[in-house]
Amino acid sequence: MTRTLKDLMPGDTGRIKAVTGHGSIRRRIVEMGLVPGVEIMMERYAPLGDPVEVKSQGFHLSLRKEEADTIVLELITGGE
Amino acid sequence: MNRKNIVIALAGNPNSGKTTIFNAITGARQHVGNYPGVTVERKEGRVKYKGHDITVIDLPGTYGLSDYSPDEVVARRVIIEEKPDILVNVVDASNLERNLYLTMQIKELEVPVIMVLNMADVAEKNKVKINYEMLSQLLGLPVIRAVGSKNEGIDEILEAVINCDSVRSSIRERQVRYRPEIEKEMSRLEEQLQSLKHLGLETAAGVDEGVSFLSTPSRWLLTGLLGNDKLVSKQIAVYKESQSFMSEVEQSRMRLNNLLGDDPEMALVEDRYAFTRGICREACQRSTLDDKLTLTEKIDNVMLNRVLGIPIFLGLMWLLFQLTFTLGSPPMDWIDAGVSTLGDWLNANMADGMLRSLLVDGIVGGVGGIIVFLPNILLLFLGIAFLEGTGYMARAAFVMDQVMHKAGLHGKSFVPMLIGFGCGVPALMASRTLENPRDRLVTMLVTPLMSCGARLPVYSILTAAFFPGQMGGNILFSIYLLGIFMAIVMARIFRTWVLPGDTEPFVMELPTYQLPTIRNILIHMWERTWLYLKKAGTILLAISILMWGLFTFPTADSRGGKWENSTVQLENSYAGQLGRAIAPVFQPLGFDWKTSVALVAGLGAKEVVVSTLGTLYSIEDEEALAGEEGESFGGFAERAREQSGYTPLVAYVLMIFTLLYVPCMAFIAVMKRETNGWKWPLFTIAYTLILAWVVSFLAYRGGLLLGIGI
Repeated sequence: MTRTLKDLMPGDTGRIKAVTGHGSIRRRIVEMGLVPGVEIMMERYAPLGDPVEVKSQGFHLSLRKEEADTIVLELITGGE
Repeated sequence: MNRKNIVIALAGNPNSGKTTIFNAITGARQHVGNYPGVTVERKEGRVKYKGHDITVIDLPGTYGLSDYSPDEVVARRVIIEEKPDILVNVVDASNLERNLYLTMQIKELEVPVIMVLNMADVAEKNKVKINYEMLSQLLGLPVIRAVGSKNEGIDEILEAVINCDSVRSSIRERQVRYRPEIEKEMSRLEEQLQSLKHLGLETAAGVDEGVSFLSTPSRWLLTGLLGNDKLVSKQIAVYKESQSFMSEVEQSRMRLNNLLGDDPEMALVEDRYAFTRGICREACQRSTLDDKLTLTEKIDNVMLNRVLGIPIFLGLMWLLFQLTFTLGSPPMDWIDAGVSTLGDWLNANMADGMLRSLLVDGIVGGVGGIIVFLPNILLLFLGIAFLEGTGYMARAAFVMDQVMHKAGLHGKSFVPMLIGFGCGVPALMASRTLENPRDRLVTMLVTPLMSCGARLPVYSILTAAFFPGQMGGNILFSIYLLGIFMAIVMARIFRTWVLPGDTEPFVMELPTYQLPTIRNILIHMWERTWLYLKKAGTILLAISILMWGLFTFPTADSRGGKWENSTVQLENSYAGQLGRAIAPVFQPLGFDWKTSVALVAGLGAKEVVVSTLGTLYSIEDEEALAGEEGESFGGFAERAREQSGYTPLVAYVLMIFTLLYVPCMAFIAVMKRETNGWKWPLFTIAYTLILAWVVSFLAYRGGLLLGIGI
């Protein structure tokens, strides 16, 4: 089963395998440093459930779930 | 450098403390404008250092130099076209890897670069060790340690700026090496590009970028072409001679796409990051004990808490609102009093005549109308500068985005819309925190539907006169709700039909919390306020003189006689004539011609609707108007009901119309400034008029049909 960033629970960590998605949104995500090979941790969901906050390489990013769903990961810790 | 005049530009990521460095270098000697055609701010400052005149351009904060965000396009255009002598790349020392991405793109532009590692103290506290010597070597540029908020490193930056000849010679060194597949295609294209450059092309018409590709470094152009950068392609494709080259580029992209199994632009980004990661591994040591929570993470565990997040946000917004409007109201009254004193003084000391009327009613009234908002605006920007400076603004957007996104807006739209309940003018200014121009525009378009303070007098009079007791509050509340509802509906409509396109991604950094410096806050507050005064003031002055003219002329009837009284004068003024001429349009809404005239007057400022109605129905009572409370207020409302002959339904429809139609002229003037042209202000006038008419019509006809309030 492919897992995306959206599937992570707060505290889970994963390694980015690919960023799917299209056009400028995709480019924006990778230009912010979310490139394949990078570790990423789900920090929290916003109070209303969307967007989410993630931590990667020492900085914090927020993205909407629909954007998080384009980031394919392999799970390092957590899940299930 | 032996030059007297040096131009430097500051480039860096948002939140890298670039503006703090800028403020520390230039102090208050700053000038803020707009780049032509876009709503991106242009900030420039000056400093004298050891006999050199240094001009500092503060580029917009960007993560890269791509072609799709206006900020990034502006930043690169300045670098390419204005060719600053030195580029100062401000970098957040705690976040080197991501910050270096921009550096790598800047290096491809082959300009002399000095790197400033800012907020070095925070990085050191978080146990990030940076080897400056090594970093400087690996990047091929001077690296300076700085703490902008404490003025550390500022002299070193200026010293490096005036001694930068060594930087100049090494600008081609240490650029990113891409993977072999890409490098191979680049060298294949390079030769053709060179021969194209040597053709001696005429500067083609249609090169709106100002500078043609001829003077741009090849490596920058080639990565742009392979990376599908539309602006770079366009720059080259305008030349007929480049046709075969451009089809070669297309083939290269296809070959790479097949080889890499993905768009080449992704590989370019990945390779840049691989490069910066390599540099960081060499020059930067992170403590391995990384699992301790940083201060920012601790604060966010509270601020963004699932239960507390929203109450905290609402509390802070409430404070901002109170700060702006409650604390701002006494000085507003002083200014208001000052303005009327000046008016009275002029009335007493000048001979009655046109000139006095123009001065008192047109100019003093009009200019008074803007400076009366000054306390509001100053306080609002004080609050916003603080929220932005600490890093909370991004959190506010994070908390509210879910709600706003459903309405087709952005999390950050919430703040300007909330402020809109107080006054639309500061709300427009507050929308500047939205970086995406489309989000910002939609926010500006729906802000006038938030019922502002100036409309309250209209509602107060009408509810007092027609909806006594308990009902008044409900009626008032329903008007505010209607405004919010219409804002949501219109935001969706604008998003779908007027400004369609992909929803902008919400990929946003949540920066490290910090205590903003007082200097930053004051400069920020002052520059926004000054812009408001300067630009809005001139337009507003013109409009108020125009409105004055419309209500004053003609001064005599066709036989040259004086009007009997002010009511007759008003009826026969151009504005009065206009009101009567358009009265048929308002008839389906149940408004008579006097109401039409009052609504025309309300174009200037909504409060004026009440006083004009007063004049027209001869219920004018200066004391009651000023006093707004107690006996006289009730008396005024009483007479308003008797004299106007409105039914409660008509009164309610008039409230709806007042809520929805054209925001005041101050709003239009500021919007013209903020959007750089008349297109959107005129659009706002048109859509609000249509919306107001349609909704009022439905309410009136619906009310008649159902027999409510007749």
